[in-house]
Amino acid sequence: MKRTDIKKILVIGSGPIQIGQAAEFDYSGTQACKALREEGYKVVLINSNPATIMTDADMADAVYIEPLTVEIIEKIIEKEKPDGILPTMGGQTGLNLAVQLHKKGILKKHHVEPLGTSIESIEQGEDRELFKKLCIEIKEPIPESKTVENLKQASEFEKECGLPIVIRPAYTLGGTGGGIAYTHEEFEEITQHGINLSPIKQVLLEKAILGTQGWGEFEFEVMRDKNDNCIIICPMENLDAMGIHTGESIVTAPTQTLNDKDFQMLRTSAIKVIRALKIEGGCNIQFSFNYLTGEYVIIEVNPRVSRSSALASKATGYPIARIATKIAIGMTLDEIPNDVTKETFACFEPTIDYTVVKIPRWPFDKFPTVDKRIGTQMKSTGETMAIGRTFEEALQKALRSLEVDRFGLGHDPKDKICEDKEEIIQNLKVPTHKRMMYIRDAFALGMNETEINKLTGINTWFLTKIKNIYEHAKTITEDKESIKQAKRMGFSDVQIASITKKSEKEIREIRKQHGILPTYKMVDTCAAEFEAKTPYLYGTYEQEDESRPSKNKKIIIIGSGPIRIGQGIEFDYSCVHSVFALQDAGYEAIIINNNPETVSTDFDTSDKLYFEPLIFEDVMNIIDREQPHGVILQFGGQTPINMAMRLQNEGVNILGTQPENIDTAENRDKFGAILETLKIPSAPWGTARSINEALMKASDIGYPVLVRPSYVIGGRAMQIVDNDEELKSYMEEAVKVSPNHPVLVDKYLANALELDVDALCDGKEVFVAAIMEHIEEAGVHSGDSACVIPPQSLKPEVKQKVIDYTKKLALAIKTVGLINIQYAVKDDVVYILEANPRSSRTIPYVSKSINKPMAKLATQVLLGKTIEELDLGDYTEPTFTTVKQVVFPFLKLQGVDPVLGPEMKSTGEVMGIDTSFGKALFKGFEASQMKLPKKGNIIVAIGRDDHKEQAIPWAKNLVEMGFKLFCTPGTRDVFIKHNIPSTTVPKIREDPMIMDMMKRNEIHMVINLHRGSHPGTDSYTIRRKCIELNIPLLTRMPTAKAAVKAIAEMKYVEYDVKSLQDHYTKTNT
Amino acid sequence: MFAALALKDGTVFEGKGFGALKETAGEVVFNTSFVGYEESLTDPSYKGQLLTLTYPLIGNYGVRKENFESEKIQVEGFIVREFQDHYAHKDAVQTIHDFLKEHNIPGISDIDTRMLTIKIREHGVINGCLQTSEQPIDTATLVKKAKSLEDYGQKNLLKEVSVKEPEFIDAKGEKTIAMIDTGVKLSIIRNFTKRKINVWRFPYNATADQIREKNVQGLFIANGPGNPEQAVEAIEAVKQLKEELPITGICLGHQIVALALGGKTYKLKFGHRGINQPVKNLKENKVYITSQNHGFGVDEASLKNTDLEVTYINLNDGSVEGMQHKTLPIQTVQMHPEANPGPQDIEIIFDKFIEDLK
Repeated sequence: MKRTDIKKILVIGSGPIQIGQAAEFDYSGTQACKALREEGYKVVLINSNPATIMTDADMADAVYIEPLTVEIIEKIIEKEKPDGILPTMGGQTGLNLAVQLHKKGILKKHHVEPLGTSIESIEQGEDRELFKKLCIEIKEPIPESKTVENLKQASEFEKECGLPIVIRPAYTLGGTGGGIAYTHEEFEEITQHGINLSPIKQVLLEKAILGTQGWGEFEFEVMRDKNDNCIIICPMENLDAMGIHTGESIVTAPTQTLNDKDFQMLRTSAIKVIRALKIEGGCNIQFSFNYLTGEYVIIEVNPRVSRSSALASKATGYPIARIATKIAIGMTLDEIPNDVTKETFACFEPTIDYTVVKIPRWPFDKFPTVDKRIGTQMKSTGETMAIGRTFEEALQKALRSLEVDRFGLGHDPKDKICEDKEEIIQNLKVPTHKRMMYIRDAFALGMNETEINKLTGINTWFLTKIKNIYEHAKTITEDKESIKQAKRMGFSDVQIASITKKSEKEIREIRKQHGILPTYKMVDTCAAEFEAKTPYLYGTYEQEDESRPSKNKKIIIIGSGPIRIGQGIEFDYSCVHSVFALQDAGYEAIIINNNPETVSTDFDTSDKLYFEPLIFEDVMNIIDREQPHGVILQFGGQTPINMAMRLQNEGVNILGTQPENIDTAENRDKFGAILETLKIPSAPWGTARSINEALMKASDIGYPVLVRPSYVIGGRAMQIVDNDEELKSYMEEAVKVSPNHPVLVDKYLANALELDVDALCDGKEVFVAAIMEHIEEAGVHSGDSACVIPPQSLKPEVKQKVIDYTKKLALAIKTVGLINIQYAVKDDVVYILEANPRSSRTIPYVSKSINKPMAKLATQVLLGKTIEELDLGDYTEPTFTTVKQVVFPFLKLQGVDPVLGPEMKSTGEVMGIDTSFGKALFKGFEASQMKLPKKGNIIVAIGRDDHKEQAIPWAKNLVEMGFKLFCTPGTRDVFIKHNIPSTTVPKIREDPMIMDMMKRNEIHMVINLHRGSHPGTDSYTIRRKCIELNIPLLTRMPTAKAAVKAIAEMKYVEYDVKSLQDHYTKTNT
Repeated sequence: MFAALALKDGTVFEGKGFGALKETAGEVVFNTSFVGYEESLTDPSYKGQLLTLTYPLIGNYGVRKENFESEKIQVEGFIVREFQDHYAHKDAVQTIHDFLKEHNIPGISDIDTRMLTIKIREHGVINGCLQTSEQPIDTATLVKKAKSLEDYGQKNLLKEVSVKEPEFIDAKGEKTIAMIDTGVKLSIIRNFTKRKINVWRFPYNATADQIREKNVQGLFIANGPGNPEQAVEAIEAVKQLKEELPITGICLGHQIVALALGGKTYKLKFGHRGINQPVKNLKENKVYITSQNHGFGVDEASLKNTDLEVTYINLNDGSVEGMQHKTLPIQTVQMHPEANPGPQDIEIIFDKFIEDLK
C-alpha cells in the first residue's frame, strides 16, 4: 500500500545531456513525476536542463530550473519543505547529490526522508570497497581488486596481480578517466589520471578480465519491493566482449548464448545481490561470464534507474522507472497493474518474442582529431535500438537507424571492403566505432569465426550472424522469393538496390508489386501470452500484421533518432509537445522514432508508437499502412527534413512549411533572391563546387570567410579560413563528406553580435517568440554559444528591425509553423546569417523563457489555427532574465582542443533564471559545472594584440575585486601599460609553476583567448588541464567580459531560488 | 526440406523442415521462455503435444545432454521461427537439427510463430498435424488428418512416459520416498537425491499395496502429460495412502491429489507454459516467479467441500497454484519448483516435504 504519511516529494533530475548521461533521465524523471502525481502526491522537481519534458511547468507542482548543487537543493528544501526525496531517477548526478545531502545532514535537518532504496544501500552499491565486502560476505565472485589513492599503493597491486589491469575512478560519469593498462607506463599514467579525476581521489584497480580469454558481458535489470519480491526485467548480452564499456557496446536482448543453466546461475546471483543490498526499486547488475570455462564474476551494480533500464524498458515494454517510483512510495509489485496488458500485474518477468539490438552513436564525425578507440570510458552521445524477428534483421535495422548514411551492414552505395589484412587485424584487435564493418571485411577476406574470435573476443555466435549477412548478400537477386528472404534478414531497399544494380525506387516498386510489405508486431511484455492494450509496434517481414490502423483522424510525427551533437533532446522535446497538442485537438498522434532513451518512445506518450529506423523506406512503409491525414516533419530536426521532398513526391500530405519552401531556405541561390527582394542585408557569400571556384569566390568576398557544405546539421565541417592555403586544404579534405552538395563561402563578420530568433508563422501572420542575444560573437556555432533572453545590448530600433526582418522573411519563405533565423549585428546593421523553417534547438528554452509552449502552438497552426485565433499578442519580453549555457564533452574526448568555433561541439544545455543578466549568467555557468570564482587567482592569456587592449576594462575590474592575475608575457606587457598588476606565467617547459598551481587548486579560472592551437603548445596544455581539473575556462573575449560582469554582480550576494510557476505568476500580474 | 503445420480449424503454416522426415500430430501449445529448449523438449509433460516456442531464435547454444529432463525428446513435433545451425556453447555436443533427427522428431521453422501463438491465445489450444518432407506437402490432406484427430484429453499418455517396473534410486540417504512416475522430470529426482533422499520410482499404475511394501516415509506424485482424470490408478493410490504418508504432488501430481481428495480439475484455455509465471504465497503475501507447464488446473470452487485449502495462486489469472490439507501433511504445487528450465526461487517446496517425512 502506498504511504499516506508523506505528501510532498522532491525529485532530482540529471542536468544537461552529456556523454554518459543522456535523455534517459528525462524519460525516467518524467515517468516518476507522472507516477507520483497520479497517486496524489505533490511533486517538487529540480533540474537545470530546460530541454526536458520533466521541467515543464505542468509536470510537477513546483519546477525549479536551477543549478544542481547541494547548496541550491538545500534552499529549495527550506522553501518547499518536502517530506521525501527520490534520489534514484536522476542518474549518477542525482544519486551523488542525494548522498551528499544525506552525508551533510541536510536531509535529517529538514526531515526529508530518502524514498526507495536507502542511502546506506546506495553507498553499499556505489562504493567499490563496500560492495566488494558484501560480495565476499554472500560468497558471490568478483574480480581481484583493490582501491587505491596513490601510485605507491597502485604499484603494490600491480606486483601482486600482474598486468593487464583495469583502472576505474570512483564516482565519475560513464567511466571517465578509466582504462585498461597493458604496460607499466600505461598503468601509472591512467592510474594517476584517474585519481585526479575522481571526486574522492580514489580508483579501483581490478584484474583485467579480457574478452579474448572468453569473458563476455551480461547485464540484468532487476526490481525489488519492500516485501522482498524480486524480478528480473530484462537480461541483456553485449555483443562486444569485456573491456568495452556497456554504454559503448552493441547490446542485445534477451541473452543469446546462455543456456538455461548458465542463465539461472546469473539470475540467482542477481537476486541474491539485490536482496543483500536491500534495493527498493530498480537496480542494474553487470556480470562477466566466461564461455570457455563457465565461470562468472560480478562486475558492478547501479542501485538506481540507468541508461540500461531505459533500454530494458523500451526493449520489453515494462516501464521500470514508473514501477520503481511506485515501489519507492511503499507499493509492492503485486499491487501495481501492468499498464501494457491492463489485466495482469507488474510482478512478473517480461519475456519477449523478438530480438533487440542497441548500437551507440559516436560523435567522431565532429572531432576528426579525437582518439576513436572504444574502451572502458564512454565516448558515445546517444544510441539507437532496433527490433527484429531475426538477429540479422535487428542488427541491420539498428545500423541504418544510426543515420550515418549507411543502410545496413555494408552493400550500400558507400560501401568499401577493406582488403588490407594488416589493417583489418589491427582494427579487430583495437576496436573503434567501425569494428562491425571490419569484421565483415575479415569474412570477405576469408578469415573464419575462430580467427576473428581470437582477435576480438566476440562470441562466435554473433560472428556467425555477421557472416550470415555477408554471405546472404551474395544470393540476393530481384526475384520475388529472394527479396522476401533478404527482407527477413534485414536488408534495406537501398542495399538490395545496390546489390542488384537497380534503383531504390525500382526495388520498392517490385516489393509492392509482390506484396512484400512489413508486418507490424507488438511489443507487449509477455510474448503474446496476454493481449496488449498499448500499441507499441515494430516492423518485420512475417505473416500476420497487428497494427490495425484506426479510422480516426490521425497524424504521424517523425522523430529525431539517436542523440548526436547538433540533434539532441530538444527535438524530442518538441515532438512530444506536438503529440500532446495533437491529442488535445482530438487527433490520434502516431510517433515514429528509434531512440530508446527518450520520452517520445515511452509507451504512454503517443497513441501509437512505431519503433523503426528513420529512413525513407521504413517511414514510407508506415505511412502506406496507416494512411494518415498528414505527416509532421518540422519537430524532429534535420532527420525528417531530409526526407521531405521524397515524401511529397509520394503524395504524402506534409503539414506545415512545404518541402519546396524548406528548400528555398536551404538553397543559397533561392534564398539570396528572396533577401534581395526584401532588401534584407546579408554578408557577401557565394557557392563553390570546386577548389578554383572557391578561391575565386573568396577573393571576391575577402577573407576571413566561413566555409561549409550546404545541408548540414550542427555545422558539420564548418570552418573559418583566413587565406588561400587554408581554403585549399579545407576544400580538399573536409568536403569529401558530401561531394554532391556545393560548398558555401560566406564573408565572416568578425566581432559581430549574433542573434537567434524563434518565430511562428501561419502563412499570413508572424509571432516573434523570442530574440536571443548570444554571449559569444558570430562565428561561434549558435548551438555552442551561451545566450540570453531578453537581449541586453540591442538598441530599440535594431530590435525592431530584427522583428521586421523576421516577419517579412517568414512570410516570404511561406513558412507554416516554426522558423528559426540567425542574425549578425555589426555597427547596428542587421545581417541575416541563415533561416531554418523548422523547430530549432532553442524551442524548449524559448518556451520556458516566455511561458508559451511553442511546439504545441505550432502544432495548432499546422492543424489550421491562425495566429490571431491563438491570441499570442505581440513580441514581449519576460520580466525575468534567462540564460542558456552549454556543456561540452571535452573531458571524455582526449586529444580535442577545448575551444569554440563554427563546428558544434556541445552535447547539452542548461538554463539560469534570475532577475538580472549577471545573476542568470552566473547560474548558467554554475549549472554547466563551471562555477565562477568570487576570489582567487586567474590566468589571463590573450593571443591577439587588439584583443589585449579590449581586455583592459574587465581585467581592471577583476583586479579591483581582489583577484590576482597570472599573465603570459605579451598580455602582461599590455597590462603593465594600463597599470594592471599581474604575475608572469613562465613557459611550462622552463618552469612548470603554473601547472603545479593548477594541480594544487590554486588557479580558480583561466581566460585563454585563442582560436585553437596544436597539441604541444602551452596554450593547449593549459586548456586541457583546465578540463581535467574542472577549472572554469573561458576562451572567447565576450565570454570573459560577460563572466566578469556576472562575478561583479554576484561577488557579495547569494542568489535565490524560485520555481518556474513563481516566475510565471509574476509575469502575468 | 519442406514442412507444413495444419491445424484442426483449417489453418495451414508452410515453412522449412528440420530434424526428422516424418508426419506427426498432437495438441499445439506455446511456451514463452527464451531459454531452456533442451529441458522442454525432453520434458515428459509435453507427450502428445506439438511445442512452439515464442522466442524466435532457437538452438543458439546447441544441445547439452546433461540438461535433459528424460532420456529422449518427448514432444511430438517442434515449431520455431528459426533454428540455428551454429551454436556457441562449450558443453554442447550437437545442433538442434541433429538432435531432433537423432530422436526421429520433425520440426518446422520459418513460420510466423507469434501469429500461431495469438491464435492459440484467442481460440485455445488446438490439435494439429506436422509433416516434413523432401517433396512439397499436400496440405489439403494434412488438414483433413488434423480435423479427424482424437481429443488430447481423451488419450492416456501415462504409460508412454512412465517407468515399466519399480526402480530404486539410491541417494545413500536415511529416508526414502515413493514416487509415482506419471512422467517425472529428472530434475525432480535430482532434487531428492541431492538432499540425500532415496527414491522408489513406481510406474503410473502402482497400487497402494505395492507402495506399502517398500517401507517409505513419504509419497510423491510427479508431473506428467494429459488429463489428470486419466490417472485413475494414481488417484486411487492417493486416496488409500493419504492418512498413512506425507504426500507432495507437483503439476499433474497436484491435480491428482485434488481429484483424490474430492476436488475437480478443468482444462485451461491455453495453459501456463513459461518461466515467468508469478505465483503468490497467500500466507506470506509474497510473490515467486516460477516455471510452469500445464494445460489443466484445479478448480478452486470445487475445493470448498474438501479438506484442501489454497496456498498459492497465480497472480495473472488467480488460478490455483498450490494447496495443503487442513490436518494431514499433504501439500501440492502446480508450478515446478525443480525449475529446469526456469527460476530456482522455490526449491523450498522440496525441503518442506522432506521435513514432513516420517
